[in-house]
Amino acid sequence: MAISEASDVAALAHSARPRAAVGKLFWLAAGWIALVFLAASLANALPLPDPTRMELLDKRRPPNATHWLGTDGLGRDMLSRLIHGARISLTVGILAPLIGLMIGGALGMSAGYFRRSAETVITGAVDVLLAFPPLVLALAVTAYLGQTVANLTWVIGVLSIPAFTRVARAATLSLAEREFILAARAAGASELRILVRELLPNVILPMLAFFLLAVAVTIVVEGALSFLGLGVPPPAPSWGSMIGEGRESLEVAPRIAFLPAMAMFLTVLAFNIVGDTLRAITDPRQTAL
Amino acid sequence: MLGLAARRAVYLVPVLLAVTFLTFLIASLLPGDLAFAILGDQATPETVAALRHDMGLDQPALWRYLRWLAGVLQGDLGRSYRTGESVLDAVLGRLPVSLELMVAAEITAFVVAIPIAILCAARAGTGFDRLATGIAFAKLSIPSFMVAILLIYLFAVQLRLFPATGYVPFGEDPLGNLRSLVLPALTLAIGEWPVLMRVLRSDMIATLQEDFIALAKAKGLRPRRILLVHALKPSSLTLVTVAGINIGRLIGGTVIVESIFALPGIGRLLIGAIYTRDFMILQGVVLFVAAGFVMVNFLVDTLYALLDPRIRHGH
Repeated sequence: MAISEASDVAALAHSARPRAAVGKLFWLAAGWIALVFLAASLANALPLPDPTRMELLDKRRPPNATHWLGTDGLGRDMLSRLIHGARISLTVGILAPLIGLMIGGALGMSAGYFRRSAETVITGAVDVLLAFPPLVLALAVTAYLGQTVANLTWVIGVLSIPAFTRVARAATLSLAEREFILAARAAGASELRILVRELLPNVILPMLAFFLLAVAVTIVVEGALSFLGLGVPPPAPSWGSMIGEGRESLEVAPRIAFLPAMAMFLTVLAFNIVGDTLRAITDPRQTAL
Repeated sequence: MLGLAARRAVYLVPVLLAVTFLTFLIASLLPGDLAFAILGDQATPETVAALRHDMGLDQPALWRYLRWLAGVLQGDLGRSYRTGESVLDAVLGRLPVSLELMVAAEITAFVVAIPIAILCAARAGTGFDRLATGIAFAKLSIPSFMVAILLIYLFAVQLRLFPATGYVPFGEDPLGNLRSLVLPALTLAIGEWPVLMRVLRSDMIATLQEDFIALAKAKGLRPRRILLVHALKPSSLTLVTVAGINIGRLIGGTVIVESIFALPGIGRLLIGAIYTRDFMILQGVVLFVAAGFVMVNFLVDTLYALLDPRIRHGH
């Protein structure tokens, strides 16, 4: 489970869905993401109970008028926890790949454009980082750094750099010898200007598509860490830790584990669908077929 | 052929060195003093200084790395600060459980993926193909811990067919051992099959376009024979490589699955070491897993090159 999984998603989807259904599915997925975003950003303004307030007499209540989705094993409001949990999933899920996008993008473009020793050093470093099973590395490093949202974001972000470096390098390699680059160079443009003004606009779209797939993977990684109790520390709600806590109540109230699982599944699926649709649009090989 | 393996092995040395260095770096140079972490509440400046001296932490990092590396090369990974158990013994004692789990999962994944991939390739574009590839796409959005929860709910809570947690050693009760591995292995296999299926499906669709398949059809061979005998073997090279590459993910999944199902493998050792801040064990497990991962990838790469002449000759 790593960012490299995002390329699996991309490759699998290549042949996965019938073309006609892409439009409707895409808008459904984008709509779900917008809804989750809206709910998460308005979490404090919505008339919701405190997500950490326990009412031990109201444990594992089924959905009712005061608790629309019921309460969890400690009597906390499920809806409120789900919505506040979305904040953590989205914060880590978007900021971490952003780190990968910026650093990996810069490294990959440099490797693909300058070639020679820059490429050797960068691809070598990437290979070493890829030698570590990512989840094991993420677990080990967060254990040392301490479990905070910021640390989680940095660790997962750094781990996503190699994948972004590869994507950016591949995209740059295919462009670096093209006529418009030669023309810019002949016109006396500096290397920096060529990288930023000529290459970047062409590399950014496939990178963005990959970014959305990486968001999906990051939400899963954050979920896995929190599920194991090694992500965001309690009592802050996170979808992963909610699923983990719901495990205790699986016999009496499976809803407590299944609701956050459903929220996470739909969100990850939505990012995969949107990312993959964008990838299909921006990938010239795909559209040429 | 041996020359090729040797050349690749030479490349392995710097990568393995870098892996040991990075592992050491994680364990030593990150913020937070190890001595403080071990002493906890009882830390006074004097006790911290004394412990730092005992552990050699007051020496330069590079020197400590070289000393640790020398130990590692002689099979000495140090001892747990908590239990005093040798790190190597701790890892080797739990390795068989993890290996058994991963092998069982991989076999299950192949058993599921291969027939589905063949059927999809034979009927590419039909309803069955779309359904199978659609399910595989959706599956990639369901993380393994979610699959584990679902399986526990279905097979342990509702049907009461398999135990939800626990492990029975093979030596004690072979059947009980297999029973305790069913759900964990199934969890991992469900994560693996979509990837394997996809690779084999697309390779087989390509193979089925080849001339020798047309010839086999013209000779009047039965479709089943063509699929299973003529098309499967040349299509399975990438499958082997992908299975190898995915071992990294499988290891990550094993960590999660072992801790959910309470299996005493290295994943659980790692999580336990993190909970108890047992840094020597942690460092040892990370090194072991990363080095093992590099070696497996090397073996798969080499095997692949030996199997496929085009790669062997650098085309």
